Amino acid sequence: MSRVEFMQGNAACAEGALAAGCRFFGGYPITPSTEIAEAMARKLPKASGVFISMEDELASIAAVIGAAWTGVRAMTATSGPGFSLMMENIGYAAMTETPCVIVNIQRGGPSTGQPTRAAQGDMLQCRFGSHGDYSIIAVTPNSVQEMFDLTAKAFDLADRFRVPTFVMSDEIVGHMRERVTIPDAVEAERSSPLADGSLPFEAGDNGIPGFAPFGSGRAVHVTGLTHDERGYPDTTDPEAHDRLVRRLVAKVESARREIADYEVVNPDAETVFVTYGPPSRTVEQVMRDRPDDSIGHLRLRVVWPFPEFALKVFPNAKVFLMPELNMGQMVREVQRHVDQPVISIPKIGGELHTPAELVQALEAYR
Amino acid sequence: MIAPDWFREDRLPHIYCTGCGNGTVINCTLAAVEEMGWKRNETVFISGIGCSSRAPGYILTDSLHTTHGRALAFATGVKMARPDLHVVVFTGDGDLAAIGGNHFIHACRRNVDMTVVCMNNHIYGMTGGQGSPTTPPGAISTTTPYGMSEPAFDLAELAVAAGANYVARWTSYHVKELTKAVAAGLQTPGLSFIEVRTQCPTNYGRHNKLRRVSDMIEHLRSHAMLIQKHDRLVAEGRPIPEGAFTVGELVRRNRPAMGVRP
Repeated sequence: MSRVEFMQGNAACAEGALAAGCRFFGGYPITPSTEIAEAMARKLPKASGVFISMEDELASIAAVIGAAWTGVRAMTATSGPGFSLMMENIGYAAMTETPCVIVNIQRGGPSTGQPTRAAQGDMLQCRFGSHGDYSIIAVTPNSVQEMFDLTAKAFDLADRFRVPTFVMSDEIVGHMRERVTIPDAVEAERSSPLADGSLPFEAGDNGIPGFAPFGSGRAVHVTGLTHDERGYPDTTDPEAHDRLVRRLVAKVESARREIADYEVVNPDAETVFVTYGPPSRTVEQVMRDRPDDSIGHLRLRVVWPFPEFALKVFPNAKVFLMPELNMGQMVREVQRHVDQPVISIPKIGGELHTPAELVQALEAYR
Repeated sequence: MIAPDWFREDRLPHIYCTGCGNGTVINCTLAAVEEMGWKRNETVFISGIGCSSRAPGYILTDSLHTTHGRALAFATGVKMARPDLHVVVFTGDGDLAAIGGNHFIHACRRNVDMTVVCMNNHIYGMTGGQGSPTTPPGAISTTTPYGMSEPAFDLAELAVAAGANYVARWTSYHVKELTKAVAAGLQTPGLSFIEVRTQCPTNYGRHNKLRRVSDMIEHLRSHAMLIQKHDRLVAEGRPIPEGAFTVGELVRRNRPAMGVRP
């Protein structure tokens, strides 16, 4: 029997993590994400898990990565300034193929910006924020239910692909209260174990090595240096670096159809809204107000790796409209994959687009 | 070779310069670990970045070579998630006292059950000999060409003040005392911190009239003063020789610790 509750997005995020088996949380208080840490501090000890308040966000993500190497599901939650501080160790997690979940309840930036207001300003930072080439997975919930569902799913994606996985939410969804159905159990899909005779960073056709957590007797050496399949540093051979980094990128990018998660409304439409996160709620309102088959909607629940094939679901599209709570970030990704005009409808300051604002854009560009 | 079963022989030769003190510290640490009877599959070595931090890569256990300064934060995650694993951290003066200073004091405050061995060679060795927070006043480095103008951190005193359960300081000359101190650290629940003053002839000695390895080790030996002798001189109102530093056990206590093996 599942149960139905009325709860806050951040609370649902914590519930989703716990249901997925998360048993380690390392964090640092920051608005507007703090309720996640508070919920985990209450609930983890009762679930034989560990909650630890670290000295800063660099330490938070470091502790999460350390815990993840013991085989537990581990996460942290933060917002803009803390997210910026985590960037170096996020690159370390990508390089060392550490499965972990990072929740970003986005707020207005740059810098301290608007701590209590929503934004989607970190969408490119989550993809490209650490130095060097790598790839990650990012999910984008638009409701309290999806804060539960997609947080749980993020753990599976992190484990399956051995990659840091981001829940890119925001102050609106994090602090919104809605009805949420919580299932009794969530089935978890864990990393494949490291096969006998395989080297710790030796990958099969899917590009993903088996995982041997610490304590399993495989004597795995983990380093952020460029390494070979044994995990040993090999920092000067151009081929060793090329082979490793191309694999880190390809294991995610080549699986983007498998990872993709999106919703399509009116695939025959000529004018198509492309959204992720809460701007989709305004688009849904506009479409409820004006039943009109010529307006379509593509809503992404996974933005990275970017599912460019989803844009082809609209063969009659003449224009794509993209409302985002930033000055135009994911719109660049759409623009480089389609021939039609792609119109950015940016909004910053912390409030969602109103239906009237989107109707105005619709009238101007259709 | 001490504790040959613990070395990854397929990683040799190592990267350390001729005359480096790090090998001595690794040997003493592994001798202490072997004395404890720990199993290799229950022991994890963790480090940050720098010469010292390459040590776990030569040891045949699970090991985490992390980012600069953050070893203790990673180690906290490992140990809190799996208290049944033994955790030993190798770090250096730059890694621990500069970029990792905040994690150092908080790891000592939490008193997480792990042993931290700091190879303090008073210099950033890996990057070619720049001044660090433990470079002595007046010492020459590539970034202090006119002599170090800042005071140095006393890492062991810092660990005592921040709350570590066991703190000792020795040098790469004092191999027997060092091995005993590491063993005492491994046995003490809570955070154990062992500072090892060690020689970097390549990037420190060369610029400071200590070009030969033996000169550097003799310098460490002759400037090391037992804590008991230091305290006696202070009590008698006699002067402390210039450049002297204390060695021995600074503290052994039983503050509440975290992540202790069940």
